[in-house]
Amino acid sequence: MTQDSNQPAQPARREFFKMGGAITAGAGVAVVGLAPATAEAAVDTSATLPYKPKTIARVKTMKVNQPVAFNYPDAASPCQAVKMGTPVPGGVGPDNDIVAYSILCTHQGCPTVYDSNDRCFKCPCHYSIFDAEKAGQMVCGQAPTKLPQIVLEYDAKTDMIAAVAVNGLIYGRQANVL
Amino acid sequence: MANDRIVLPPVNAQKTNMSCHFCIVGCGYHVYKWPENQEGGKAPHQNALGLDFRKQLPPFSTIVSPTQQTVVSDKSGRRYNILIVPDKECVVNQGGASVRGLHMASYIQKESRLKHPRIHTGDQWLDTDWNQALAIYAGVTKKVLDNKGPRELGFVLFDHGGAGGGFENTWGSGKLVFTGLQAPMTRIHNRQAYNSECHATREMGIMELNNSYEDAEVADCIMAIGVNPYETQTNYFLMHWLPNVQGTTIDKKKEWFPGEEVGEGRVIFVDPRKTASIAVCEATAPDRVLHLDIEPGTDVALFNGLFTYVVDQGWIDRDFIAKRTKGFDEAVKANRMSLEECSKITGVSVEKLKQAAEWAYKPKAGGKLKRTMHGYEKGIIWGNDNYAIQSSLLDLVIATHNVGGRRGTGCVRMGGHQEGYARPPHPTGEKIYLDQEIIAGKGQTLTFWGVSTFQTTCNAENFRNTVLRRSEIVKEALRKARGGTTAQIVDAIYDAIANKGGLFVTSINLYPHIMEDAAHLMLPAVHPGEMNLTSMNGERRLRLSERFMDPPGTAKPDCLIAADIANTLKAMYEKEGNAKMAARFKGFNWKTEEDAFNDGFRLMGKDDVGGVIHSQGGDTGHLATYELLRKAGNNGVQLPIKEVKNGKLIGTEILYTEKFDTPDGLAHFKPSPWKGFFKPVEAQRAKYRFWINSGRVNEAWQSMYHDYYNPNMRERWPMAPVEINPEDARDLGIASGDIVELYNDYGSTYGMAYIVPEAKRGQVFMQFGHFNGIQGDVTTEAVDRNVVPDYKHTWANIRKVASGTYKATVSFKSRHYKA
Repeated sequence: MTQDSNQPAQPARREFFKMGGAITAGAGVAVVGLAPATAEAAVDTSATLPYKPKTIARVKTMKVNQPVAFNYPDAASPCQAVKMGTPVPGGVGPDNDIVAYSILCTHQGCPTVYDSNDRCFKCPCHYSIFDAEKAGQMVCGQAPTKLPQIVLEYDAKTDMIAAVAVNGLIYGRQANVL
Repeated sequence: MANDRIVLPPVNAQKTNMSCHFCIVGCGYHVYKWPENQEGGKAPHQNALGLDFRKQLPPFSTIVSPTQQTVVSDKSGRRYNILIVPDKECVVNQGGASVRGLHMASYIQKESRLKHPRIHTGDQWLDTDWNQALAIYAGVTKKVLDNKGPRELGFVLFDHGGAGGGFENTWGSGKLVFTGLQAPMTRIHNRQAYNSECHATREMGIMELNNSYEDAEVADCIMAIGVNPYETQTNYFLMHWLPNVQGTTIDKKKEWFPGEEVGEGRVIFVDPRKTASIAVCEATAPDRVLHLDIEPGTDVALFNGLFTYVVDQGWIDRDFIAKRTKGFDEAVKANRMSLEECSKITGVSVEKLKQAAEWAYKPKAGGKLKRTMHGYEKGIIWGNDNYAIQSSLLDLVIATHNVGGRRGTGCVRMGGHQEGYARPPHPTGEKIYLDQEIIAGKGQTLTFWGVSTFQTTCNAENFRNTVLRRSEIVKEALRKARGGTTAQIVDAIYDAIANKGGLFVTSINLYPHIMEDAAHLMLPAVHPGEMNLTSMNGERRLRLSERFMDPPGTAKPDCLIAADIANTLKAMYEKEGNAKMAARFKGFNWKTEEDAFNDGFRLMGKDDVGGVIHSQGGDTGHLATYELLRKAGNNGVQLPIKEVKNGKLIGTEILYTEKFDTPDGLAHFKPSPWKGFFKPVEAQRAKYRFWINSGRVNEAWQSMYHDYYNPNMRERWPMAPVEINPEDARDLGIASGDIVELYNDYGSTYGMAYIVPEAKRGQVFMQFGHFNGIQGDVTTEAVDRNVVPDYKHTWANIRKVASGTYKATVSFKSRHYKA
């Protein structure tokens, strides 16, 4: 018996990889790979990070309670936008009902999965739950902050929504803009 | 500070160790500190974390969020960035963190802290200095001591470790109150007298923290009784329980137990309520989770039924019982209960009871005993007769040899906050029910030390109203004494408490918080990081949380506040030539918290230390020094310490391999028949519709003394949630987000309705200890034979007060994880 054996078990991590396949299948949306971006960036101390607007989707094409995947503010940051059907905090569009979030759990960076039954993003690693209809508020869980909410703008002329900033720090970054 | 970036520590940032202040698990963290005008770069060689922030980090790299960062100033005005990051090398949390621990930086050096002593002048609070505050506190205390004696001095003391305590502060306050003042009317933060949460198990020879977190990884089965570990012992659950249930520790089991049948672990929850922990286990491994949803308060019947069944089946260790225990036959006779009767009382089917017994106790292949760990917490401790439930549980555990040194077993209190007990014995050994004494008009002073008793006691409304009424008598005297000298203020206070029924109230704390409503004097204390502090976790792992910053204003560690009070009293007695009384307050010549550590924890068992010391460090505590603990880092050492080898502290992983903690070294069975509810509880049960269960909510820490000042926490939990069944809610016209009133013979309180489909009809669950909606206002005065309260059982009616107050801002989605 090796009672002093201290091999730290990392089941949560394994669980995460195990569930990785189920994430895409379950939610019906593609999880964007965590592509490396290695550009050297100077430390930014400005009041506002240099976010670049990015169009996401035409509202007409969005279906209620069906997430649309995109990356923002860069290719390494997977996000999802959801049209809720009723006005919600931070909601944009003709019905003030479209919201978007970084889907990386702010706890340890696992991609959360959108559960259309209760309209929450759920983390399979340590079970944090974030309410998509309450600005990403943590319903229960271990994450230190809400899910970062993507600030959206709606252009009525083109019927397009665009991401313009992020409210909250995306997991695994010093600053949201690398 | 922007919420979309953090400032990285440069490579030369100061790095110190910190155990999380909060729950008993005590996750290890590192605190980085560096000048405010410096910043580490994003390349791995440019920052102290050694991580490449030029690109997106993959999951599990680290945790750094804005809640873990702040800026502090030292006494000279220099400003520093602080970042507090989970320690990947700590065997407890392995880089993991709870939402509570990830807020430590958010709770340091806030504007809302008490910075200097404050005195109430009858209608307002004014800052003063320690000289005047101590002259008033010691002046009043001395008059009471000299004229009426120590029984009139009341104390509600923090106790143990973590943010509210540490071996240093527990020793300091204990030495003042028990050796110096010798005040018997003392109670502990969450109990109504000076007592233990575990009288029965200790009498049976089993201290309640007797295994290692690793034992949960290798158990065949974990019996989780009245505990919700996902929300209250998070990383013990996530890092040590779940891996077993998920089957990822099988290799370890094979290595530890060669030739023994091993497999994925199972978990049995005993809890009337379906908790977030049960939901997580079910989402992970539904076939390996069993929920015994007993009728409230029927634990004794459950364990007696299971005990009888396993004895009848022969699933016990007769050899162990013969050699290492006594009293088995008496317990079997007294506790005898058939599964049918057990089922009738507990409401759990016979089939389910049998399944539980098979999972936990039916021998494995080759007749080898199961290894079942039992972890219990407030469902039992604050349950329907703590003493009886623990007796019944331990009878079952001892008979099946699930305590006594076998790895993968143990019967443990899961714990709330960390531990850190070192005190002289209580001066008389009495268990005085302080609340009832105060309500009856007894006591002349009451010191609330690191506690929010108004929110956290039972029968709270009555207690609070009495303290406020008696405090007002002193406030009236203080109004009249304005303009007087300090000596005249002391005289005025003494007249009010000695002749008019007043109560002189002092609060020693980090914040003003709720106790400022009653207090006349507030003394500012500090918490980990602002002092060096030692605590141990639920596997007795002792660590030193290092000081890294100055306290706010003139705030001091509690041990040094105790020393100041003692030294002031000593000087007063010396001045009047009373050497005998002066001698009671000697031995407080401490300059630092390390002096207090060396005086208490390190002296137990030594000769000529002026009296008995009770310390969780035991007789080998003297081996631990601050220097060795600093070296031991966040892994520390598991008490008791065996030796120091090559400068390293060597500890103990599991207790009772040879002898139990009784004079004869045997484990003692304890007869414990089922007796029903306490009378006051039964009276409410007969009269009111809803069982009012209570407990913690993951994100909030205890009485929310920090969270009160955190806007994010107040957004999520602005008021105590009251979980209610959907049909009951419909009956009463209640929707989630409404404010409801709960009321019974003891009082009334408000809460925030939260409709929960899993809640049973007639049963609600309310957050315990919230500042906005005090659940204790509707609990009874019922306590067990050792004055341990039954917070968990009261009944009340519910009515709607306000519609939709929190509907727009608070999420009322299910807190139960479902994949």
